[in-house]
Amino acid sequence: MSAANQLYQEVILDHNRKPRNWGAVADANRRAEGHNPLCGDHIKLTLKVEDGRIAAVAFEGEGCAICKASSSMMTTGVKGRTQAEAEQLVQEFRDMATGKLDPAAGRHHLGRLTVFAGVRDLPSRVKCAILPWHTLHAALNSIASTSTEADADPMHAPLGNA
Amino acid sequence: MTQAAMAHDTAGGRFDVERVRIDFPILRTEVNGKPLVYLDNAASSQMPQPVIDRMVRYRTREHANIHRAVHTLSETATAAFEDTRGKVQRLLNAKEEREIVFTSGTTDAINLVMHGYGRKFIGEGDEIVVSHLEHHSNIVPWQMLCLEKGAHLKVIPVNDRGELLFEEYEKLLGPRTRLVAVTHVSNALGTITPAREIVAAAHARGVPVLLDGAQAAPHMRVDVQALDCDFYAFSGHKLYGPTGVGVLYAKGEHLDRMQPYKGGGDMILSVTFEHTEYNVPPHKFEAGTPPIEQVIVLGAAVDYVTALGFERIGAHETDLLDYATTEFNRLPGVRIIGTAERKAAVLSFEVKGVHPHDVGTLLNEEGVAIRTGHHCAQPVMKRFAVPATARASFAFYNTAAEIDALVAAVKKAQKVFG
Repeated sequence: MSAANQLYQEVILDHNRKPRNWGAVADANRRAEGHNPLCGDHIKLTLKVEDGRIAAVAFEGEGCAICKASSSMMTTGVKGRTQAEAEQLVQEFRDMATGKLDPAAGRHHLGRLTVFAGVRDLPSRVKCAILPWHTLHAALNSIASTSTEADADPMHAPLGNA
Repeated sequence: MTQAAMAHDTAGGRFDVERVRIDFPILRTEVNGKPLVYLDNAASSQMPQPVIDRMVRYRTREHANIHRAVHTLSETATAAFEDTRGKVQRLLNAKEEREIVFTSGTTDAINLVMHGYGRKFIGEGDEIVVSHLEHHSNIVPWQMLCLEKGAHLKVIPVNDRGELLFEEYEKLLGPRTRLVAVTHVSNALGTITPAREIVAAAHARGVPVLLDGAQAAPHMRVDVQALDCDFYAFSGHKLYGPTGVGVLYAKGEHLDRMQPYKGGGDMILSVTFEHTEYNVPPHKFEAGTPPIEQVIVLGAAVDYVTALGFERIGAHETDLLDYATTEFNRLPGVRIIGTAERKAAVLSFEVKGVHPHDVGTLLNEEGVAIRTGHHCAQPVMKRFAVPATARASFAFYNTAAEIDALVAAVKKAQKVFG
């Protein structure tokens, strides 16, 4: 089975159809919006951080299956974690999606999130998977909105747009 | 010319797509272990062997800078370069060869008009009319001009089929209208606009018209004198030629009055530190070393499509579009976006419950190349309330069997998503 089909089968059937933590945290104290202007993915992330720990997290918006499933699994993955742990996951997820971290080889904390490893073989879709993580990083650092095309974005790489 | 193209040239009969396909080596390649089904021609089309051969011949034996040296290579390259100007003149039926300006593409051509014509003749309080169908390249330059000059952008609305509302257009033409800039064929929806009527209505009020022909020139006979448009822009790489070259046709009377867009070599007659005398059109608008190779190769592409004939190209592509439209209308959960009565070979669609980018990735698994996204036409997406669409766009080398492959791949994507 190809990388794409494998990725879709495992990820989509569940989280795309029934995204977890969909909506907004009512008493959120961290929030950010993430955009991918190239494909129109757009998510709003709200969090409640208490004593340095993510007590609640939710997302809403519109995006492709990879973006939605990645958002959904991210929320389940970081809930209850400390900010530092969440930031580490952000880094590890980015590294995995861009092929810098081989989940089968190196040490990491990604757990079930390794189902997204196949996205590294689909360069045009890497940003879809990373957008929610990018947005989480922005929210934890009080950046109101972020874009996959922002100058400061380490993921920034121009894609075709004609 | 190849045998296949020659056969068409002389036979004048039915369009034999299988013979034409022999000329396109890329169509024999595979993607993900499947035969390539290339349906992204509105983004960029493929190059036939005679055009590739022309590129190799130029690079192998003919390259030199043009309009400068007296040596043989330079003279050969200059002649081939200027020869293409004549070919493009005949392609568009322009009155004079000097009305053909080479640019780097459609975007560059429109920007040339913005800088050369717009910045000189459009001022505060003036109005520029565009349509809701425009590609960003026929919106953003005019917005930049409006910002700079304090002019205003007016937008012709479209109906739910993606057709311009002509009566609304006529209402937008007022005493301050200085330019109408509309597409000839919509890249996102395929709508063919009533270009001749648009021009006539504007001219009745003394307003010049620019037509964005990027999606029209590869698919239909364009006659700028019959259209009577003031400006016409298209790109080489969508016309089976190379990237990096495009054309601006402009009526000579406009070129004579326009200011230069870029300054530099080749666009001058004489230079002193006190004063520069500009060259005459078209050279006045072609500063610096142009894309010589690309222009010459574009000439070969023009020869190729001319030999095939736009009547047969158009008829075959219309058959493909009709067949694809019928097949898609039979697919549950698939909606065609853009159902204008007059359409070129573009089929934009959405698959219920599947984001266009997921459609694109899953189709690619089957070797089917389509474009997904907003197609650089975000206002169109907003008008039809979609974030993006999937778009299959056809060329004369596509076949009914390839449309069957497209339909099968869409069904498979629907199955993945359950």
